[in-house]
Amino acid sequence: MSTKKQSLFLLLPFLLFILLFFIVPLVYMLLSSFSNSDGFTLMQYKAALDNVFILQGFKNSITLSAISALIALVVSLFAVYAMMRFSEPIREKILVFMNLTSNFSGVPLAFAFIILLGNSGLFILMFEKMGIDALSSFSLYSWSGLLLVYIYFQLPLSLMLLYPIYYGIQQQWKDAAALLGASPFHFWTKIGVPIMLPGIIGTFSILFANALGAYASAYALTSSNYNLAAIRIGALLTGDIFAQPELASAIAVLLGVTMITAMLLSEWSIKRTRRNLQ
Amino acid sequence: MKKRGLPELFFLILVIYLILPVLGTALYAFSTKWNNTILPEGITLEWMAFLFQDMKFLEAFGRSVLLSGGAVALAFLFIVPAIFVIVLYFPKYEKWVQAAVVLVYAFPGVILAVGLIRAYAHLGVPMIFTILGAYVIGILPYIYQGTRNSLRNVNARQLLDAAELLGASKTQALLKVLLPAVYPGLFVAALLSFSILFGEFVLINLVVGSRFETVQIYLMKKLNSSGHIASAVVVVYLVLMSLLTAVIYGLTKRMKGVAHT
Repeated sequence: MSTKKQSLFLLLPFLLFILLFFIVPLVYMLLSSFSNSDGFTLMQYKAALDNVFILQGFKNSITLSAISALIALVVSLFAVYAMMRFSEPIREKILVFMNLTSNFSGVPLAFAFIILLGNSGLFILMFEKMGIDALSSFSLYSWSGLLLVYIYFQLPLSLMLLYPIYYGIQQQWKDAAALLGASPFHFWTKIGVPIMLPGIIGTFSILFANALGAYASAYALTSSNYNLAAIRIGALLTGDIFAQPELASAIAVLLGVTMITAMLLSEWSIKRTRRNLQ
Repeated sequence: MKKRGLPELFFLILVIYLILPVLGTALYAFSTKWNNTILPEGITLEWMAFLFQDMKFLEAFGRSVLLSGGAVALAFLFIVPAIFVIVLYFPKYEKWVQAAVVLVYAFPGVILAVGLIRAYAHLGVPMIFTILGAYVIGILPYIYQGTRNSLRNVNARQLLDAAELLGASKTQALLKVLLPAVYPGLFVAALLSFSILFGEFVLINLVVGSRFETVQIYLMKKLNSSGHIASAVVVVYLVLMSLLTAVIYGLTKRMKGVAHT
């Protein structure tokens, strides 16, 4: 038993790391969001919530995250369905490819999109030469450009999260349903999708949170010009004009609260759909 | 021949969408001039050659390897033993580790960056050490998952008991029996963690900035000055990621093979 007790000492460095590099920073951020030079204040939150520009940033972040998550989810729902028709070894290779592209995000990804769709991007030039002006009003450095980049880094993640959920749908269920006269369409609308629904909602909430916290690709594309909550935090922290770390802390807390709310909402709706299934 | 329909179309679009930016960047990294034409005017190794002669890039690469590798090494020194202890001897605490894992995974870098600056910037400690610490915590989800799965796959508890029953001491059982058995899984977790940290930009940029120029920061600088060199950096980055992924895939496959026989 003594070795078991001794082994507890091995937990100390682990706890120390968690404390120093996770809990302490978050606590300091929380404290700083309630302070100014005079001490305790709610001023930072008032300043953040009264500021139309900051609120706009939150609105942009939330819509960008929700829409990119939704599009990635729908595309990969169909894509995984198609994937399931391939043999197991091929599916495995596809997953490896997805894993690889999931590493392709942030600054490198933003740059790749600049090459394709930036001011003198490959596709912009190609369409110009071909006399199609479909892209003439398109700007990569705007909301729609960011949406394309966000969808890119959501797709592999979405696919990797949905794959095991599809995997759970068993061939026997399809056969049983078919035997009882259900068409494939009926099977998916009445059985398949409802069974997968909790997983789909969970995937959506992870994708949403993933996009909400994303910073690098938007920063690389628009430096601090496009108004997103994460970009506002960075700008206030490093101080493009002058640093306001307390206000940055308040916005960071609000962003954290938004994420937690989204996750609790998804948790709640997952429970609800599970109950409805029974 | 099965019917090809809407799902296949979506799958095709998805794959093309994922590949195009990679192809575009790779082509740009090896092209001479590509401003007015649809395809590049010529092919060159000039940019790659420049990159590998640029001391700034080589140093940045070294810093990235040092920082990411250092964090992974620290995690293996301090975090992995703790996970061993919890999984093997105190499984009732596992739910706490899992809660920590979820929190770490959920909190984005930009929020943690604010916290690190508020907590440590005024203390005068070199901020690069706080980044190192934050990286160790940042890879906790991958390290925990990898370690726990490896321990479960080999039935670590029974394996240790069996070794001791056959006369091995506790240390021998741990070092000579258990460690070799879980080593491939741990190695995969290390590579995965390394590849994730190698691409990290938010924390390093906000907390330390160009005072510690990693590959990501170097790339960000080149983004505004030279597109060709920037794309060469991206290609190097992608090649490295592909190599890591290939090794991870190979090892995982071999482990599965061992588990099945």
